[in-house]
Amino acid sequence: MTNQTLTVRFFARLREELGTEQLTLPAEKDQTAGDLLAELASRGGPWAQLQSGQPVMIAINQAMAKPATPVRAGDEVAFFPPVTGG
Amino acid sequence: MISIQSEDFDSSVEYSALRDSGAGTGAIATFTGLVRDNGDTQDVSGLFLEHYPGMTEQVIAGLIDEASRRWDVRKARVIHRVGRLLLQEQIVFVGVCSAHRGDAFAACEFIMDALKTSAPFWKKELSEAGEHWVEQKASDVARGEVWKT
Repeated sequence: MTNQTLTVRFFARLREELGTEQLTLPAEKDQTAGDLLAELASRGGPWAQLQSGQPVMIAINQAMAKPATPVRAGDEVAFFPPVTGG
Repeated sequence: MISIQSEDFDSSVEYSALRDSGAGTGAIATFTGLVRDNGDTQDVSGLFLEHYPGMTEQVIAGLIDEASRRWDVRKARVIHRVGRLLLQEQIVFVGVCSAHRGDAFAACEFIMDALKTSAPFWKKELSEAGEHWVEQKASDVARGEVWKT
């Protein structure tokens, strides 16, 4: 049987403020990264910042993505603040 | 070669390895970044560096590939540390070997500038006043943009 779930990961400030490093969610049909972000933001509390707070960057399967990028079963989706290395 | 590590590095060892890149190499440019005492906050005593394992290495490999397409790059080395770092410790090393200095300078600067705005690392400043996640700087984004033209 194929994997019908998504792995969702959070990093840095988002990881701390959401108190969550990783989630496993059911994969929905025709879902985009933006849909997933809206669904998570609707949880309220600190989650609301995913849509109304500071900019959130998106990676799908470890490559940068956009809100319109589709997410599919088995994907690893990551949300994080703008990067600040170097 | 790319290393993401918590341990410190010895830039003289890295430099020696870069020198060993063939008789066609005429120039080596290196950059080292250090933890300084002021950033978004004052009296910084150290940093905590987080990264996205796997994606970080892929992004940096892509930057080295791009540098190699744009300039003469005979060898490139990137080291980035993660975890807890104290004041004045080394954070990052970029070294590039080229035939001529122009390519070595440009490729080294490009890799460093692009790393800052595209590689998934996040810095938290630590001080007696508490902790502060560093905000991305418009000036860093602008430097990254310059290379796209």
